[in-house]
Amino acid sequence: MLAAIGVADIQELVNLIIPKKYQFERPLEIPDGLSEFELNGEFNLLSQWNEPATEMLCFLGGGAYDHYIPNAISNLAGRSEFATAYTPYQAEVSQGTLQTIYEFQSMICRLTGMEVANASHYDGASALAEAVLLAARKTKRNKVVIPYGLNPNYLAVVKTYCKPLGIEIVQLQAGNGKIDLAELETVIGTACAVVVQQPNFFGLIEDGVAVSAIAHQAGALVIASVYPISLALLKPPGEWGADIVTGEGQSLGIPMSLGGPYVGLFACNKDLVRLMPGRLVARAKDSNNNDGFCLTLQTREQHIRREKATSNICTNQALVALQALIYMSLLGPVGLQRVALNSYRGAHYLAKKLKDDYGIAPHFGGEFFNEFVIKLPMTGIEAQTALLEDEFFVGPPLGRWFPDMENCLLVAVTEKRSLEQLDALAESIGKVVTEK
Amino acid sequence: MNVPSDLHYTTSHEWLKVEGNVGIIGITDYAQGELGDIVYVSLPEIGAPVHQGTPFGSIDAVKAAVDIYAPVSGEVIAINGLLEQTPELINKAPYKDGWIIKVKIADAGEIDTLLNPKDYAGTAASHG
Repeated sequence: MLAAIGVADIQELVNLIIPKKYQFERPLEIPDGLSEFELNGEFNLLSQWNEPATEMLCFLGGGAYDHYIPNAISNLAGRSEFATAYTPYQAEVSQGTLQTIYEFQSMICRLTGMEVANASHYDGASALAEAVLLAARKTKRNKVVIPYGLNPNYLAVVKTYCKPLGIEIVQLQAGNGKIDLAELETVIGTACAVVVQQPNFFGLIEDGVAVSAIAHQAGALVIASVYPISLALLKPPGEWGADIVTGEGQSLGIPMSLGGPYVGLFACNKDLVRLMPGRLVARAKDSNNNDGFCLTLQTREQHIRREKATSNICTNQALVALQALIYMSLLGPVGLQRVALNSYRGAHYLAKKLKDDYGIAPHFGGEFFNEFVIKLPMTGIEAQTALLEDEFFVGPPLGRWFPDMENCLLVAVTEKRSLEQLDALAESIGKVVTEK
Repeated sequence: MNVPSDLHYTTSHEWLKVEGNVGIIGITDYAQGELGDIVYVSLPEIGAPVHQGTPFGSIDAVKAAVDIYAPVSGEVIAINGLLEQTPELINKAPYKDGWIIKVKIADAGEIDTLLNPKDYAGTAASHG
């Protein structure tokens, strides 16, 4: 090609395009290329510096959980027909992809107790932010009430979305870790919505029915942000008053992998369907009256509605949603409930043991699902570091988001943790406390 | 192409029928033909103000969503409730059962700025 345009080499081409005074003169200090064999060795060495959470005894909470991931998921989702699936452009040609998304949507409806679910968002945080925007569009109000116990990372994303639209964020006080109903009554005013994280960031179960009553009385929508495994045990948000249900699908068979890729869940009832963001797959009949799948209600989206679109996002996490779908199909309602029960029981066993044997009670009173906060006589970071010595990965420490909780640590238990491991962790925490 | 002679028109393919100080508004036969099957109409609230040349609602067809522009300024006094269940009325009878809103006209002078049937037919035809 260089010959075709009459240029001797790349450098001459660069000289012709970029004035000499803007060119970088020194040679770039990049080492020579490595062979594939050498490169493999380099990366293997680097990877040995990592301590993956899944190879430790992981008690991390705060939004991503170490649940067991059946092998069948990677086996099926790794198939080449699925592995490269971006949102199909000629959607109707990809019937198989559309079917998996439709089934995913259907399962999310069942899990959340809502009528419509979309094809997914990037993660729980952005799904929540989109829900706030929907509530603002629907009610034409520009204030949203946020609980103290909302995942701080989600709050940061909500703030980013709300700022350019001038939506005011009102956060409730710490109280006893849950939403204070009296405070909500005084603060709700003309809010477009109240967000309820269920269970909340501290693991506590909120009184969704009471919060919904107050919100609806004030003409505000109720937006739930959920932990899907917990829905196998707890009443689905559609039954306690949520108008929109969002959540993080990571616990449905998705690796924690340092924060992503995850999958955002979004569901609501039919009255809000035209205001929904994201993709929607529907089942319909083709011109020969055969069943088929299609993308529907695209007139909400930016490629047709432009600045009036419900969102700037018109994609979804197809591959991750597929993994979640396979997980839910493999486990079914019985299996999901077992995962939830074992997580719940493990956490309650640990909480009781810490209290009875070591005098460390959960920091907040009240019913919790599979995670709780403990307060120790040192900073959460010091405690976490000390426990790492015994190969226990506990946390996250809460001081970085909640200034009044410097000495607090989250502890989460999943079905992967055995009684022996729970006993050992309790002993380790006891030791860390007494040695202080 | 159907262009009734007793109506006023906009360049954005809305029609206005004047009855005293009330204006009935819809979209033209040409517009519904171009849009194809209409599946949803987003209507304003009764009492809402409309301003000449600005959108007061929108129409969703299968492949496109378009704004509906007010031919004159005024206040919405009625909306066609049938359009919620049967938006296709706009396709079937754009000048009769498919009417969209009725307004109390604020300034009768604005009517003179609209196109007459002959001029509208000319612009619509030239769209091709």
